[in-house]
Amino acid sequence: MLARHYIGESWKHGLLIIGALIVLIPFYMMVSMSLKSQQEIQSISGGLVGAQEIQTFPVCTKHGYTEEVCTMRPYKYNFWFAFKKAPIPRYLMNGLIVTVSIFLIQVLIALPCSYALAKLRFKGREFVFSMVLFCLLIPVHAIALPLYVMLAKAGLVDTYAALIIPWTISVFGIFLMRQFFMTVPDELIDAARMDGMGEYSIVWKVMLPVAIPALLAFAIFSVVAHWNDYFWPRIVITGNRDLFTPPLGIREFRGGIDSDEFGPMMASIVTVTIPLIVAFIVAQKRFVEGITMTGMK
Amino acid sequence: MGTISLKNINKSFGSTEVLKQLSLDIQDGEFLTLVGPSGCGKSTLLKIIAGLEQQNSGDVIIDDKNVNSTRASKRDLAMVFQSYALYPHLTVRKNLETPLKLRDYSFVERLPLIGNFVPSRKEKKKSIDDLVFKTSETLKITELLDRKPGQLSGGQRQRAALGRAMVREPVAFLMDEPLSNLDAALRVHMRSELSELHNSLKTTFIYVTHDQAEALTMSTRMAVMIDGELLQLDTPSEVYNNPSSLKVAEFVGSPKINTFAAQIISDGSVEFMGIKLERKFKTNSQKALVAVRPEHLEITKDPNKPVFEATVSYRENLGSDIFYHVQVDQSDSKIIVRGSPQAGLISNGETVKISPSHSEAMLFETSGERVR
Repeated sequence: MLARHYIGESWKHGLLIIGALIVLIPFYMMVSMSLKSQQEIQSISGGLVGAQEIQTFPVCTKHGYTEEVCTMRPYKYNFWFAFKKAPIPRYLMNGLIVTVSIFLIQVLIALPCSYALAKLRFKGREFVFSMVLFCLLIPVHAIALPLYVMLAKAGLVDTYAALIIPWTISVFGIFLMRQFFMTVPDELIDAARMDGMGEYSIVWKVMLPVAIPALLAFAIFSVVAHWNDYFWPRIVITGNRDLFTPPLGIREFRGGIDSDEFGPMMASIVTVTIPLIVAFIVAQKRFVEGITMTGMK
Repeated sequence: MGTISLKNINKSFGSTEVLKQLSLDIQDGEFLTLVGPSGCGKSTLLKIIAGLEQQNSGDVIIDDKNVNSTRASKRDLAMVFQSYALYPHLTVRKNLETPLKLRDYSFVERLPLIGNFVPSRKEKKKSIDDLVFKTSETLKITELLDRKPGQLSGGQRQRAALGRAMVREPVAFLMDEPLSNLDAALRVHMRSELSELHNSLKTTFIYVTHDQAEALTMSTRMAVMIDGELLQLDTPSEVYNNPSSLKVAEFVGSPKINTFAAQIISDGSVEFMGIKLERKFKTNSQKALVAVRPEHLEITKDPNKPVFEATVSYRENLGSDIFYHVQVDQSDSKIIVRGSPQAGLISNGETVKISPSHSEAMLFETSGERVR
């Protein structure tokens, strides 16, 4: 009986482990490749970290560095060369500027909207809300071209504005916060009105602090989506490398004379991924809460 | 001063009429209870007084000033809510300070950081601190000031909510079922505390409740509202002993008043259940309703008293009183009779003789109008 129970349980666990491996193996490869030398990567040897022999890297010398500078352990070389080859801190900075600005402006717009949709009575409220739901159904890719044309006509291509403006109104944010505000008791708002707060004060001084858990959930969705976004920056950042976001930066490692050198490329990917992984570990509990709360994804 | 008068208030949500031509005068310093079953419009009326809801027509007059177009915060009223509605992210102290800051500070003084540099703010802050402290002393919540509402028990939250209403020293307090979220024992205790608070503050209290016990125990006058209409406005004892209509008689009093079908004989005397009332009434109709409260019915063995027979079907022993639910033998109506525990318990299924106290029987038209 007991044995059968274990067998019954174990196949479920086996399946889950396989699923987990499928997700984790690319990460393992990424980390491993970022540490190993080119020969080890190509011959698929050396386990996770490789032998870490001190050697001189030919691609490095081809770039005009002296042999002395180009002699070091592979892990060090991969990260050093990644940072030498592309301005990764700059890309990270761009990513930070773009995601944070997008999130802050989204909140600035979504909170009053969702407050009005959830708590104020006005003619056409249901219609406006149904339009919000309708907008949720429009895929970004469908409107990318007209958006690009608009931004181009306004002369905004190759600016931060082009990266930020299209995302400032988040219908998902409005929807999410509206659902959350529906659960806030009307009495709290009435109490604030009795105390003498205006509607905007209520939004920022009462609803915002109450909505922190929902906002964090939304922050995770928003930041992850825009940090990882490759599609949109690829469209509106056409030439100016100073505006590259991290996913665009990684692309720098494709092509050119050293296109098959995987070590530095993987090192750059690790660098770009780390901020999100750290953020996820810190906010893991919130992340799960946020997803279960919204019932999305 | 805290007189509030309502003139012909009408309110409807869509096609549902919630308040119908309601007029009400509330005197200064009075503890007025708006009582009625749920959905009778009492909370809506309170919101209209507060300015949180706009009436469709009619006037709200506070201290001889028409406040129809005055914002809620400018009416100088304070409200206590059923769910307390404390700001969950602020400490009790901050909760109490908020209405004062919003009233006393100018826009610049309220600004974070910059506000600290406005010289006039310091003085105002001092007076706010004093008021908060004084209020917290009165309500015995001084040691709770630095806690957040989430860390307080129901009773403590209730006090904090009262405190937030009190600090402003408003013209009148509006309370929307403030005790219904408390457990039974605490509710009874808070009733007496609220009454004491009213006595010491001498401010007008308008108190909404569906619990007639609260209304009967605390109020100076109670206003019975049913279906958006004000049926009776009087002192609790008058409402209980002398209800103006059958609806009021049935709503006020627990257990519910007993009603019997009655005939009016040509000489004006009334007969019900084979018993003839000694009093005579002037009425044109033949049929009427007699209502008698459970405590005015007596289980008796006295052969000289006029009685009717009934069978005990259920017994509610409350310790101090016993209520017998009895099935009247001649009809299929069930009534409730109060018995005293001293007389001994009567078991289910026993047949008893019931005698009404004649002077306490009330007569109503079949439409529900009181006949005096």
